[in-house]
Parts: sequence; structure tokens; C-alpha cells
Amino acid sequence: MSDAPDTWRKPPFIANRWLRWAVYLGVITYIVWVGASMPINWERVADGLGRAKRIFGGAFPPSFERSGLLIDGFLESLKIALLATAGGVALSIPIAFMAARNIAPLPIYYLGRAIIIIARSFHPVIVAIIFVKAVGFGPFAGVLTLIVYSIGFVAKMLAERIEEIDFGQVEAMRAAGAPYLSTLVYAIFPQIMPRQIGLSIYQLDSNLRASAVVGIVGAGGIGATLANAFGRYDYDFALAITIVIVGAILISEGVSGMIRKRIG
Amino acid sequence: MLKITDLVKRYGKGDPVLKNLDLTIEGESVVSIIGSSGAGKSTLLRCINRLVEPTSGSIVLNGTELTTLQGRELRAARRKIGMVFQSFNLVDRLTVMENVQSGRLGYISTWAAVMRRYPKKDIRRAFELMERVGIAHYADKRADELSGGERQRVGVVRALMQDPEILLADEPTASLDPKTSEQIMGLLRDLAGELKLPVLINIHNVNEAKIYTDRIVGMRYGRIIFDDKPDSLDQEAMDQIYSGSPHADRSTDMKEAS
Repeated sequence: MSDAPDTWRKPPFIANRWLRWAVYLGVITYIVWVGASMPINWERVADGLGRAKRIFGGAFPPSFERSGLLIDGFLESLKIALLATAGGVALSIPIAFMAARNIAPLPIYYLGRAIIIIARSFHPVIVAIIFVKAVGFGPFAGVLTLIVYSIGFVAKMLAERIEEIDFGQVEAMRAAGAPYLSTLVYAIFPQIMPRQIGLSIYQLDSNLRASAVVGIVGAGGIGATLANAFGRYDYDFALAITIVIVGAILISEGVSGMIRKRIG
Repeated sequence: MLKITDLVKRYGKGDPVLKNLDLTIEGESVVSIIGSSGAGKSTLLRCINRLVEPTSGSIVLNGTELTTLQGRELRAARRKIGMVFQSFNLVDRLTVMENVQSGRLGYISTWAAVMRRYPKKDIRRAFELMERVGIAHYADKRADELSGGERQRVGVVRALMQDPEILLADEPTASLDPKTSEQIMGLLRDLAGELKLPVLINIHNVNEAKIYTDRIVGMRYGRIIFDDKPDSLDQEAMDQIYSGSPHADRSTDMKEAS
């Protein structure tokens, strides 16, 4: 038998035991304090329960009477999502190249990153409010909003993919004296193409979902129909719209999942 | 003729990786560069086509000073320098023909490249060369479907498509099994003869260097300490080349070491 120890424990995340316990205690205390200091008015919660009951009571059974309005709203949402995806992806490609550290010069890189950060930092609803103010109510504001939203996601993911490419292929093109654009087309596009297609499909799916949300603040589509229904206390119609939205999202998620699996 | 004079390469503020290096390659000889990892073989090769920027010194290929070229002129000069890589550096998702034609990217317009409208004579040349190295039947296959030896053949053909005046090979056989490795070395030697092309090969396998090349250059941490016919490479020379430590060798003065 050797003297080698036969017990071993994983080193703790924070080595200093006093500091460790102080951090744990601090976190717990803060959460308890936050919970205790939030103003929760139990009377209003009780009132709310009654109201919720009235809304759900009014919502059943869902009414598909005005299905013409419903279909129009849904088709508009679909158009918004398609246009925004096409525009957003088209803009995302050059921005992604700008924001890839391994191929863009430093000032361009910072510019590209800045565009992505700005596009990402606001929730689509906030962007939608701004665009509705700027270009007025309607689907155009929705398209602009979702273009910004698409850039924030697609350009960021694509830039990360570009940073992961096998640079040897770029080197081979450079060694052959290939000009810049030819190098991009031959050495980089083939490497990022599968991810590009997958991202576009995912974004279409995501834009369809988001188009319902931004509609509520006036950016057109089925969200606008839903907001109107709520405004007029047509809870049964609102439920019908909700069912259609959920159904559409389920279908689009299934289809996009299937396509992305095929591309692999 | 390739003439390298007083070449220095220094990464950042560290010791130079290439130290006042002189090397001349004439005619259609096959020259191998041997030396331990980190000796600067790869850096030397990459300085020639400026994938690595030399710190100072001069590299002249057939009358053109390469170290000062910029932009369009640099690209035009690179067309005349073919390069074969250790990891092949093929575009995996493109066909063999597209990979081979990528050697012509410096000659054709970006539009023609994007549309795959290759000139007739380039296509004929590609088939001739692919036939020569035995991969013509793979023209429509994707590059990642090929075996290592076949992939390196594509790499060689791509470099030759450039119509180069010199061929650089950066450890072209290091990713291949011994038998395939010998085939590729043989191919490089034969092609050099057929196309009257000087070839410069970085290689770890000293035996292959002795068999397949006309001249061996031994590098030790930034300096050339051996340069002669393969027959003259004896045990003593070998020990010299493969000894030493990077830091000690790089920081001492040149004269002491040689």
C-alpha cells in the first residue's frame, strides 16, 4: 500500500471560507429584503382574480365570427415577418463581416460591433414604439422594427461564425493573389453558408412571433387586431386570435426545425 | 532565381525568429528546409509570399523585390508564388474543380469567379494537371470527400494553376501516412523537373528530404547552419541542426553560433 491519499474533494468555487459564507449570506439577505420591500397589495390581487374570471368568462367560447379580420391580420403579420427577415438578413451579412475580428480592420470592427450592440440593446417593443412615432401606425413600422431585431441576432451569430472559420482557406486564397472579394466568396462564404441558412430560417420563425407582439403597440399585423379586440372588450375574439397565433407559431417552429435538421 | 538577403523577422518585441538570414535558390532545384519545430522554417516560407510580414531585409524573385510591394502589385507577385500547405487548406464545401480554379483567382475578375465562368484555357489546364496527378475523375466531387493524399494533390494542382515561378511547400506531407507522403514528395520532385520549377519544401522527415530533394538547408532557431547536398548531411550536422534551445540560440550573436 502506498501513502497516497484516498480522499479528494472538489476545490470550492471561492477558496476563502469566510468570503464564501459572506457571499452566500449576502445574496440570501438581499433576495429576502427585495421580496419584503416590494409593495404587494393583497386587496388588489383579490380584485384582479375577479377581473380575470370575468375576462376568461367572456372569452369562452372563442369566437371565429370575424375570421375575415383575423385572416387579414395574420396575413399581414406573415408579410411583415417575411419582408423583415429578407431585409434583416441582407443587411446582417455585411454587418457580420464588419464585426468579425479576424477579417475586419479595427475601426470597421468597432463600427460593426456598435451597430449590433445598438440593435440588440432595445427590446422590439421599444423599437416599435419609436418607429410608430416616426413613420406612423401600420405594418411599415413593424417591418422596420423587425429588421432591427433581425440584425441584432443574425449579424451577431454570423459574426461569431465568421470568427470561427478555418483561416487556412483564406490564407490559401491570399497566397494565390486573390483579390479581397474573391477571397470572401471562395474561402469564407462556403464555410458560413449552412449557418447562414439556419439562422435565416430561425429568424423568420422568430420574426413571426415578434410581429404579433409589436403589433400591440401599433406596428400592424395580427398584434394590432389583438390589441383592438382587447380594447373593445371582445374577449372571445381575442381568444380566437390567440389560438391562431399559438397554432401558427407551433407550425412554423416545427417546419423550421425540420428544415434546419436537414441542412445540418 | 530567388535571392533572400539579410532577412529578419521579429514578432512583437521578442527575439527574432529569423536572424539575418541569407538564402539563394537558382534554377529548377528542389530544396528542402529541415530543422526542429520553432526553428523558423514556416516563417521563412511565409515571408517569401508575405503571408508573414518580414521585419527587414530583402527578398528578390526573378528581379522583383517582394518586401516592399503593396496592394495590387503584391497580389500580382503572389500569383507567381505557388504554395502547398500542411493541412491542405482546401475549401471543403466546394468541388475539386472550384478548388483547383481558386488558384486562378488572382487572374480572373471577381464576377467571373462568383459566377464560376472560368476561361476555357484554365479549364483545359486544370484537367491536364488533374490528369497528371491522377484526380481528374474527382472534378465534381466535394473536396471533403477525398482522402488525405488526394486532397494534397488538389492542393498541388491549385498551386500549379497559378502558373508559378516558384513553389513553396510548408510541410506538405506532415498530415499524411508514410506511403502517401512518399508519393506526394515524388510528385513534387517530378513536377519540378517537368515544369522547370524551383521548389522549396519545409519538411520534418529527414529521410524524405535526402531521397527527394537536391539540396538540404538546415535551420536552427532563425539561422541557416547547414546548406549542402543531401550526401553531406552526416550525423554531426544532424546533431547540430536538432540541438540548441530557442531562447539561447535566438538571443546570442550570430557569429558565436556559427
